[in-house]
Amino acid sequence: MPLSRLSSPFLSGINRVTLVMTQLLIALIPAVIALVYFFGPGVLINIVLAVTIALLAEALMLKLRDRPIKPFLTDGSAIVTAVLLAIALPPLAPWWLTTIGILFAIIFAKHLYGGLGYNPFNPAMVAYVLLLISFPLEMTTWLPISTLSDSPVDFNSAFQMIFHGQLSTAIDTISGATPLDAMKTEIGLLHAPSQVIQQPLFGHFGGKGWEWVNIWFAIGGLALLYRRVISWHIPVAMLTGLLAISVITWLIAPETTASPLFHLLSGGTMLGAFFIATDPVTAATTVKGRLVFGAGVGLLTYIIRVWGGYPDGIAFAVILMNMLVPLIDYYTQPKVYGAVK
Amino acid sequence: MSAVAGSFPGGLVLNGQKKRSTQTPIRKTPLSKKLILPLQQHIGAASVPIVNVGDKVLKGQKIAKADGHVSVYLHAPSSGTISAIDEQPIPHPSGLSALCITIETDGLDTWIEHQPIADYTQLSEHDIRQHVREAGIVGLGGAGFPSFIKLNPGVHHHVETLIINGVECEPYITCDDMLMRERADGILDGIEIIRFALRVKNCVIAIESNKPEAISVMTLALAARPHLTDTEIMVVPTRYPAGSEKQLIQVVTGKQVPSHGLPIDIGIVCHNVGTAYAIGRAIIHGEPLISRIVTVTGTDVKHAGNFETLFGTPMHELLAFCETSREPNAPFILGGPMMGYNLSGDNLPVTKTANCILVGVDNAAPVEKPLPCIRCGECATACPVSLLPQQLYWYARDKDLEKTRQYNLFDCIECGCCSYVCPSKIPLVHYFRFAKTETMNQELEAIKSDNARIRHENRLARLELEQQEKEERQRQRKLALAASQAAKEKQEKAAQSSADETES
Repeated sequence: MPLSRLSSPFLSGINRVTLVMTQLLIALIPAVIALVYFFGPGVLINIVLAVTIALLAEALMLKLRDRPIKPFLTDGSAIVTAVLLAIALPPLAPWWLTTIGILFAIIFAKHLYGGLGYNPFNPAMVAYVLLLISFPLEMTTWLPISTLSDSPVDFNSAFQMIFHGQLSTAIDTISGATPLDAMKTEIGLLHAPSQVIQQPLFGHFGGKGWEWVNIWFAIGGLALLYRRVISWHIPVAMLTGLLAISVITWLIAPETTASPLFHLLSGGTMLGAFFIATDPVTAATTVKGRLVFGAGVGLLTYIIRVWGGYPDGIAFAVILMNMLVPLIDYYTQPKVYGAVK
Repeated sequence: MSAVAGSFPGGLVLNGQKKRSTQTPIRKTPLSKKLILPLQQHIGAASVPIVNVGDKVLKGQKIAKADGHVSVYLHAPSSGTISAIDEQPIPHPSGLSALCITIETDGLDTWIEHQPIADYTQLSEHDIRQHVREAGIVGLGGAGFPSFIKLNPGVHHHVETLIINGVECEPYITCDDMLMRERADGILDGIEIIRFALRVKNCVIAIESNKPEAISVMTLALAARPHLTDTEIMVVPTRYPAGSEKQLIQVVTGKQVPSHGLPIDIGIVCHNVGTAYAIGRAIIHGEPLISRIVTVTGTDVKHAGNFETLFGTPMHELLAFCETSREPNAPFILGGPMMGYNLSGDNLPVTKTANCILVGVDNAAPVEKPLPCIRCGECATACPVSLLPQQLYWYARDKDLEKTRQYNLFDCIECGCCSYVCPSKIPLVHYFRFAKTETMNQELEAIKSDNARIRHENRLARLELEQQEKEERQRQRKLALAASQAAKEKQEKAAQSSADETES
């Protein structure tokens, strides 16, 4: 029988940090299956590697910081960070790339700021940005999706590629740009988006395969909404922000901008909207603040994608909005009951 | 019946656990050999004993009188002999002792002569208030504020609506529910008197939707009184804390009580159904408040139910009567599981505000070390007052009291919704109570140090004045001395010259 609490309330809901994190991970499963289907088993190897390193780094930091290891290691937050980074990395990213990213996320972006609950920036996105600006080549080398490849990557060759940097079988090409990247390059070459999207790399609305991955992320996200693990404010605001600016630019210049649907279903849009921007620790906490935060992420994502130098803008957008959170929270405080005007 | 006019943000849908204690009718707790009556069972100044050790008292006889305005009388719940007037442990969050009158009962339960009032409409409002005060009636919902004060709108206010609170939103508690089911007429008697005293036209009896029996009984009883017009029963959606005064006003009227204000400021007065019943008994039957209905329930209580219990009855007797096997570490709470407090033991008396004794709860809050706040904002979503508990927690933990005040700490009603939903299991309300107490202590200290400073400055001024006066006196004396010396010299000179003249 547990000891009674010192003061009321003596009841407690079932919600727990571990439960939140577990449900988040479960909601990622459909999209991870889609990723494996389109990009091969390298995604799974990345996830296992990332989670292992993350738990080791977490345990090490907890020990160094003299914190109890078990409750924090089992809260699931390190696993979530690791999985989010792993699925954002290219499917055949070399092991050292994943390792550097995870170590940076857990040690620098999380624990040096005080650990769970104290980090102002989303650890997975900080690591992603670090890798992107340090190793641009490795970070932008994506596999073409399996259905476009003559010889799909099997587990063995993915393992060889990730850990030894070489291919065991004859795979003709492992380098390729993401559809988002390709679209930007083609538009830069003055090709009309409506033409570009006819290329084999593209599907109905977004990149081939990518659009399905996005849809599965969205379905997982809707499940989280239904289970009330996340609230609707950030995803809706972010997607609305992204949609609004892409509709406006598309209406103004349809010849030089990709369609709004392309933006919704390309790159990390849905992953960002439901799983990354919603990170409670680093997002705004007030209801109005969440709307502002989400809309900001959506707008900045588009701006960076279209006018910036990087293929996708989610990570930068999230980190930039993280910086604004204290300000947003301060100016969006709700009106308290009985507040005298 | 009428529709609700508003709602409050946040709140919780909780497992009510009400059926545990509504399976049997209200029963009477057996008379105890010893009744221990704390002199302070209400908000305000403690009552002052008017009996001495050894005195014989009758049931219903006054044994302590009100002291000052915010205070009420206290009565002997049964006949017997005053055996002690001393410090005894009382039910209080602090677990401290306080002055109590102890009665050894004689078992005869002999009443003092009742003084019922046949037609209260012949009385003035003032007389009704006086009767309610002398009957020792306080708010029976849990707060224990002297009721006669809430029967007085004052000269500056007009009461628009009287709200009778039969919501009882806390899980486990059912004393108001059972009272409405069994004594609806008595409640309506009280309501008529309250309406008369307040000169209020509109009256709303608010009952939570999870009490269908109480709703139908009250509706029937009300229909049987065609003269009781402009009174309606409002079914309030079951959502904790709908029974909290401020939230109930928001639900019933759509209005909000101004921060740091009172319901009367917006023309509303709230009374609990139990209080209304007690007022009816006091005026119409001449019975002072000497007992109340106590819910005894919880996972460790075998025969949970509601018990009409004389004040002063030791809790262990009541618990034994219900066959309670109390686990040493299980929650043992006075009040509900959301807002009640831990009892320091079971040798404490039942008092006017003891609405529920709760022994063991399902889903007890864990006491393990909480995880850090992950800023998920669930607490802000659940807060019925629209506070930002995560920010308050941050500042309360850092003892940044100024910031907690800016984030409206003192609007917190301590309902516990934030702690309930917290995924990190942080006892948020505990931190907020701490910050409130600290702030109040600091204010007291500030007043004390201000007083000390003023005293010190006054003393310095006084000393300086004394010094000045002293110097002035010295100067005067010197002048006088000098003058007298000069006069003397002059005299001497004159004497000398006259002597010289004589000589010459």
